Amino acid sequence: MEREVELVVVGGGAAGLAAALRAKKEGIREVWVLDRNERPGGILPQCIHTGFGLHYFGENLTGPEYIHRFVRKAREEGITLKLETMVLELTPEREVRAVNAYDGLLRLRAGAVVLAMGCRERPRGSLLIPGGRPAGIFTAGTAQRLLDVEGLLPGREVVILGSGDVGLIMARRFVMEGIRVRAVVEQLPYPGGLTRNVVQCLEDFGIPLLLRSTVTYIHGRERVEGVTVAEVDEGGRPVPGTEKRIPCDTLILSVGLIPENELSEGAGIRLDERTGGPVVDEFMRTSLEGIFACGNAVTVFDLVDHVTLTGERAGEAAARYLRGELPPPRRVREVEPGENVRLVVPQRITGEGPVSLYLRVSRPLREVRVKVGERSFPRKAVRPPEMVVLRLGREEVEGLGEKVPVRVEGLPLER
Amino acid sequence: MEIRELTCIVCPVGCRARVQVEGGKAVAWEGLECGAGEEYVRREVESPLRDFFTVVRVRGGGVVPVRSTGPIPREKLLEASRVLAELEVERPVRVGEVLVRNLLGTGVDVVATWEVE
Repeated sequence: MEREVELVVVGGGAAGLAAALRAKKEGIREVWVLDRNERPGGILPQCIHTGFGLHYFGENLTGPEYIHRFVRKAREEGITLKLETMVLELTPEREVRAVNAYDGLLRLRAGAVVLAMGCRERPRGSLLIPGGRPAGIFTAGTAQRLLDVEGLLPGREVVILGSGDVGLIMARRFVMEGIRVRAVVEQLPYPGGLTRNVVQCLEDFGIPLLLRSTVTYIHGRERVEGVTVAEVDEGGRPVPGTEKRIPCDTLILSVGLIPENELSEGAGIRLDERTGGPVVDEFMRTSLEGIFACGNAVTVFDLVDHVTLTGERAGEAAARYLRGELPPPRRVREVEPGENVRLVVPQRITGEGPVSLYLRVSRPLREVRVKVGERSFPRKAVRPPEMVVLRLGREEVEGLGEKVPVRVEGLPLER
Repeated sequence: MEIRELTCIVCPVGCRARVQVEGGKAVAWEGLECGAGEEYVRREVESPLRDFFTVVRVRGGGVVPVRSTGPIPREKLLEASRVLAELEVERPVRVGEVLVRNLLGTGVDVVATWEVE
């Protein structure tokens, strides 16, 4: 099939559906959402815990309930959902090449494109842990899918490597399903997930959190039989003599999420090496004309509410672009991450504002001042797992120079 | 008298509190920086509440995610999970459909959070 489509959205998760719905609301008639999964919603249908939607809906929802509202609306609004459809290539001229079993090869010439591919989990291969290749090693997201979508127990006794939020959430789910969680092992001196999750997923159930430690060996031939855990030094190297063996039949990996951008790279979109996603401005414009990006494909957010907001922003901007009403970059100001700042999105400010800045710090700090150019935002404390959101009003944006240094000052936060 | 260590989750500071507990109540504490933290510690010691969610079997195969309509006492989480492990529901299931009424006498219901055809 070969045809023109006004707006093509790649990815039907929280970001993509929000972008599609907003563009539709702005009057764009033809909105196609392409997704490789057999059902829409991205990762949210398997995130059965609560805590979603507190900002966006003012309600405490589960992942399935949150995304169900968007899926239902997308169907009501006549958005074309192409499921089990794999996008193979995106060209700089906005031709989207995709394939599925019912249309065959699709060549869509898009007026505008929104990229909303989300992120994926860092796999075992990237960790270089010695040992065999036994069954029983899963990423936290795979275990979540097995347990909460397929209804299958991934094992009986688990060790979790990495203390990211998905791993913490799964520790609690394991306990609730009668699986023993021997330990959560984290290389850094502080947990990778939110304090709330450390308390309600680990402390509530007496699960040990081993900080400054890592897994140095995976035992077992057919099935995992245990792991060796060792303390690590400042440089992350295992300290000889600290090894101890923990018996388990399953190792769960929760060691980070990576924005998924093979399509963006293939198209030649400029990426930010800090975020792993496209460089965007406050309209979620990428470096290629008519191509926008949003959600976890841009940077890994910790709240779906923020993913939705960036999706809406991209959908609105794409609609304005299609109508010829999106102002070209007026005055480009580069946002430059400085001291204690791991990443900032958007990386460029091109309009008049207001602008929301999302930033992640590189270490826990207290009595904090976040400095954006001349402007200073006080915060009681900041931690790497909790994204800092700042809003710059029109006047503040007007006052910014060509370079916008962002840095975070504060005292070390030790706990 | 008992000393308990609690981590406050009210804000990102995450104060580690040492709490003196007598007769199921927090009577003294140290390590907290604000009144909101003191309130949190009092509640956590007296009657900690938690959201409850799990999956239940669907007849004919598969599972459907469910949640409680409000938080339940923390000490009832595992018992609630065991009760729902015995449950099997009929298709179709609708989002918001009540599957269990008055879960373990807590006054909250259990509803489906996804649909099954």
